[in-house]
Order: sequence, then structure tokens, then C-alpha cells
Amino acid sequence: MKEMLEIKDLHVSVESKEILKGINLSIAKGEVHAIMGPNGSGKSTLSQAIFGHPAYAVTQGSITFKGQDIVSLTPDKRANLGLFLAFQQPHSIPGVKIGSFLKQAINAQRHAADPKAKSLKIREFREMLESAMDALHMDKGFADRYLNDGFSGGEKKKAEILQMAMLKPDISVLDEIDSGLDVDALKVVSTGVNLLRSESDMGVLIITHYPRILKYIEPDHVHVLLDGKIVKSGDAQLAHDIEDKGYDWVK
Amino acid sequence: MAKKHIFEDLNRETFEHKNDSSYANKAQHGLSEELVRKISADKKEPDWMLDIRLKGLRLFNEKPLPTWGPDLSALNFDEIIYYASPDDIIEDNKSWDDVPDDIKETFDKLGIPEAEKEMLAGVGAQYESETVYHRLKDEWEKLGVIFEDMDIALQKYPDLVKKYFMTKCVPVGDHKFAALHAAVWSGGTFLYVPKGVKVTNPLQAYFRMNAKNMGQFEHTLMIIEEGADAHYIEGCSAPKYGANSLHAGCVEVFVEKGARFRYSSVENWSADTYNLNTKRALVKEDGRVEWVGGNMGSGVTMLYPASFLLGKRAHAEHLGIAFAGKDQLQDTGAKVFHSASDTTSNILMKSLSKGGGTSVYRGLVQVAPHAENIVANANCDALILDDYSRSDTIPCMKIQNNTASVAHEASAGKISAEDVFYLQTRGLSEAEATAMMINGFIEPVVKQLPLEYAVEMNRLIELEMEGSVG
Repeated sequence: MKEMLEIKDLHVSVESKEILKGINLSIAKGEVHAIMGPNGSGKSTLSQAIFGHPAYAVTQGSITFKGQDIVSLTPDKRANLGLFLAFQQPHSIPGVKIGSFLKQAINAQRHAADPKAKSLKIREFREMLESAMDALHMDKGFADRYLNDGFSGGEKKKAEILQMAMLKPDISVLDEIDSGLDVDALKVVSTGVNLLRSESDMGVLIITHYPRILKYIEPDHVHVLLDGKIVKSGDAQLAHDIEDKGYDWVK
Repeated sequence: MAKKHIFEDLNRETFEHKNDSSYANKAQHGLSEELVRKISADKKEPDWMLDIRLKGLRLFNEKPLPTWGPDLSALNFDEIIYYASPDDIIEDNKSWDDVPDDIKETFDKLGIPEAEKEMLAGVGAQYESETVYHRLKDEWEKLGVIFEDMDIALQKYPDLVKKYFMTKCVPVGDHKFAALHAAVWSGGTFLYVPKGVKVTNPLQAYFRMNAKNMGQFEHTLMIIEEGADAHYIEGCSAPKYGANSLHAGCVEVFVEKGARFRYSSVENWSADTYNLNTKRALVKEDGRVEWVGGNMGSGVTMLYPASFLLGKRAHAEHLGIAFAGKDQLQDTGAKVFHSASDTTSNILMKSLSKGGGTSVYRGLVQVAPHAENIVANANCDALILDDYSRSDTIPCMKIQNNTASVAHEASAGKISAEDVFYLQTRGLSEAEATAMMINGFIEPVVKQLPLEYAVEMNRLIELEMEGSVG
């Protein structure tokens, strides 16, 4: 199987403090990986580093995506190669409608792939949007709301999944997408992720504290992150073991 | 191929383009009684108008520069050309074909004739001191709507003009620049909407300055009779010369009982321009006035549209955007005087500053002692786009009746790097993400404009932002 995202010996510092201390991880298309770890283990640092957040400095190691070293690329260039990050706490952008935002994002993606590509026609975009929203059982009016502005926690996560469904990434990183979600919202989110997996063979990296979401999105590989290092890897059974025994058991 | 918006391709060249201005060589710099008399004589005005002009000149000379706001000491009144018109123009054409080519081309590039064709009920176009084109569509003329160049209106409807001109709304002696305006005003727009007539398409006038050191002093007088409804859009621009120019327009609006009027403006003067503009509306019972404004470009702007709510249940809406870039001071705001019971007002101001620019919100909400149950809301949001620009908020409230409910909220902030990162992870570049957030910031105001003008406003902000990110 072709490896899409390869992380080798990754060391990341925030304000000169080393958080990640040599991560190795390979994700191929279609695979679901879960990174589990307690608070402060470096889970979110990993997601921010993959996307090039300016506050997270890669001091050693490499991140390659589709064979290209992406460490020096800006976040938008990484995204336009086919990476998507669903945020733990999605940001509110008042005054920007979800619909027009997505249209611009899709156009940016197209132009990145082919500078001569034509912008999406309004009708073409509307059809895409409506079918994505139908598939996720979302109300049509959702697209006319300002991005995450005044949204409940569940609505924000659904909006993340809608963005993912529209941008059709090759690999999605879901950063604590299950935090603060009730079971219904969790179902919408996992339905969306599973749909994209079946449609486009998307690879997924789930970053989570709790094993709950893994009942809805079955992982192929589970990794336990402790103090900036992957200390144990295994299959889905590992998640169940953690659920039963907690993180102390792997130490 | 998707149809383009009329103002989508506006570019810097269009605003900066300078037509031949040799006519300005003959024009007089500086102000004198002789000049004021000449303007009035050229226009064959009645004596009472000359009297207003001379009174304006006297009061202008008497009154000191205002000291409560921006520093105006660098404005050299002696270098300004107060009155000039291109040689070969025929005034007040009803056909664009009769407008001289270079001037027609200017307005073409600004999208005015196209907007007229597509969506407007009538258009006026002023170039320097004179109106070069003015036309109202027949269907509105038949209903008794009058939409004329102000100079023409004075000739055709002297009694109507005399009744309203710089008396009850903006008196000649209101302040130094109102007095100056009275002395040298030329051109502008006169709108009269008869009782009950609802003008469903907007009317627009565009004011273009072309020559160096130009001064433009158009007068806008709008009378919206009982139960009538209209929307007027004003656009302005000028090229940059590195020498001061002055715009001191005066807008007087009369909104009668139960009438509605919206005044939208997109002012985009050059960075050399002192834009010292007076806009005021008197609103009667159940009337409604809405000011929607964008201020960009000019070096120093002082503009505080004012609404006097004189009859019960009258309402004023003030929505504005100000953009202060390099070397610019945007001192703008709103004034609302609640003089009758149950009147309401809403102020929403959005300011942006970058490149060392300063934007100031200066507002006044006043409630008279006898005015009961007033509801007034003011919101001012400032977005500061770098570390060396600034924003000030100076709200003033004079509440003399304790049944009033008056609220003021202000916020000032920067574009958050975390928000930019969020949008970048969706594939937008840093510049695109920033532009998107700016558009979102001004959206509550922009969405009140007709689509084409919303596109224009976003385009102008885009031009202001060029080269400032990344």
C-alpha cells in the first residue's frame, strides 16, 4: 500500500520547549490510525506541526506527504496537497458565510492543482454543497450561516465535517473531534468520516483522549502517545485495553 | 461564462487616471468676494442666492478652524481652486454621447453608464465644478419625481430650493466649512419625491475631481414627501497629485411624515484630499432615514452624518465603514438627536486601520428632555491591521430624559493569527484569509448595499489592502 503521509523522527518545540521527541508514523490511503494519549502528551502538537502552525518549530526529522517534504510549506500549501485538519476548537469567522467560504476554498484548491483551472461555477458549487449536506443530513440553511459564529459545540464539529466532505482530502487529521459531543452529534461526525472513507478511500488520523469515537470509526492501527513519544502501537484491541486499564498500564 | 459585476474590475489606474486639466490653468486659486460674485453671475443666480454666498464667505472668514478634531493647519486655502470647469463641456447632457470623450471614458471606467442601464432610476455625473450628465428615467419623471443638477434645479424650481436651501437643515453659519460651502457651492443633486411615490430603483450621482488643487463643493438637497420612498447612492473619487485638494460637500435631507430614505455613499477620494463633508437629515413622524457609508482614500476625513428625529416614532439608521491607510486620518461617526418621543436609532460603525493610518469614531447621541421612551443603540468595532496603526473611539451621550434606553458597545481588535491559521488549513493563503476576515468584518454594513455596490465596496477594500499582507 502506498504511504501518503510519512512522519520520521519528528521533534517539535514550542517556545524552545521540546514537546514531540521523535515521532514515527506512516499513514496510507484508506487507513485509519488513532493516536491516543492523556492530556499533555503532545497529541495536539502533532496535528499543529503536521499543518505548519508558525508557533510549532520542527527541530529535527521530516514530514513528507505524497513524497514531498512539506515542513517548509505554508499551511495552505499543505492543505492544497490534500491534507485536512478538523480542529478541536474550530474558529468563528463572523460575517463569512459557510457557503462562500467553501467556494473560495475549493477554488484555491483547484488553482493550486492547476493554475489555469477555471473557477467553480455557482450552480456547480451549489449542487456539490447540497449533495454533501444531504449526505450529512444537514439543514440547507446551514450554508448561509456565518462560519462557526454562535454555533454550539456540536454544530461546529458538523461544520468541520462538511468542510472535509467538500474539500475531499486524501488524509484527514481529526483533532479531538469527539470532545464535548453528544452521541447524536458524534454519529453525524462519524457517518461523515466513514462516508468519505468509502467514497474516496480517505486516510484518517484520529487524535483522541477517549476511545469512545473509535466505536464509530474503526481504527486499523492504534498508537499510544506519552510524553512526546509513541510508546506502543497495535490494532483496535489496544484501544479497548486502554479503555479497560487506562494509560498507566502502557507505561 | 458567468456575468461579471459592474464594479468588479475597478482598478487603481481608473481612480488615478488624470485627464487633461489645462482648463485649470485659467482658474483662480484662492478665495475672494470677486470669485464668489463671479460664480453666482456665471450661473445667473437670483439675488437671494448671491446673498447666501456672500454671507457664507463672511462667516467662513470669521470662523476659526475647528480645534476639537483633526489638525487642519496644513490645509492651505489659498492654493485651492474653488471653481473650475472643463472648457468644452455642455452641462447637464441627457445623452452620454454629448459628454467629451475623455470625461465619458472616465465615467465608463467607473461603471456609471452601465449601472445606469442595469439598475438605476436616474444618474448624475459631476466633473470638477459642473454636472456633465444628468438623467432620470421617464417612468419616474411621469410620477412627478424631480432629479436634477442642483444648479438647474435652482433655475427651474427657485421657490422650492429657496424654502429648503441651507436654512432649516444645515444653516449657512453652522460651521466654518458649511459657510465655505455656501460661498462657493457648485453642482450637486436635487431630488424631490412627491407624496406617496416609491422610487424602487436607486438614484445615483458620481462626483469626480480631476485637476490638481481642485476643490469640489457640490450641494445635495433631497426632499422626500409624506409616505414616499427613495434610495440615493453617491460615489466620489479623485486622482492623487501630491498637492492638497478639498471636498466640502453639503447634504440636506428632508424626510417627511412616514417617508423612508436611504443615503448610501462610497467616498474614495485621493490621499491628498481633505474631505470635510456635512450630511444631515431632518426626519418627521414615522419617517426613517438610513445612512450607509464607506469612507476610503482621502488624507483627512471629517464626516459625521447627522439625523434629527423631530417627529414621534422616527428612526435613524447609521451604518458606516471607514478605512484609514498610510498617512490617512478617518475621523468619522454619527450624530443622532432624539427630539421627539418613541424615536429610535441604531448606529453600527466598522473601522479599519493599517500602514500607520488612524481611524476615529466620533459619535453623539442626544436625547431631549421632553422625548420619552427613546431607544438608541451604538456599536463601534475597530480592526487594527498592524502594530503601528491606531483606532480611537470617542462616543458622547447627552441623555436628558430618564426613560431613555441607550446602549453603546465598542470593540477594538486585530486579525487573530489563530483565525488565519484556521483558514489556511482550508487552503487559503495568508493574504486570502486576511481579506476574507476583513470582508466578514464589514459584512454587516456591506450587506445593506445593493449587490453591485457591495461588490464595489469589497473591491475598494481589496485595493486598499494590496501589498499590505505577506
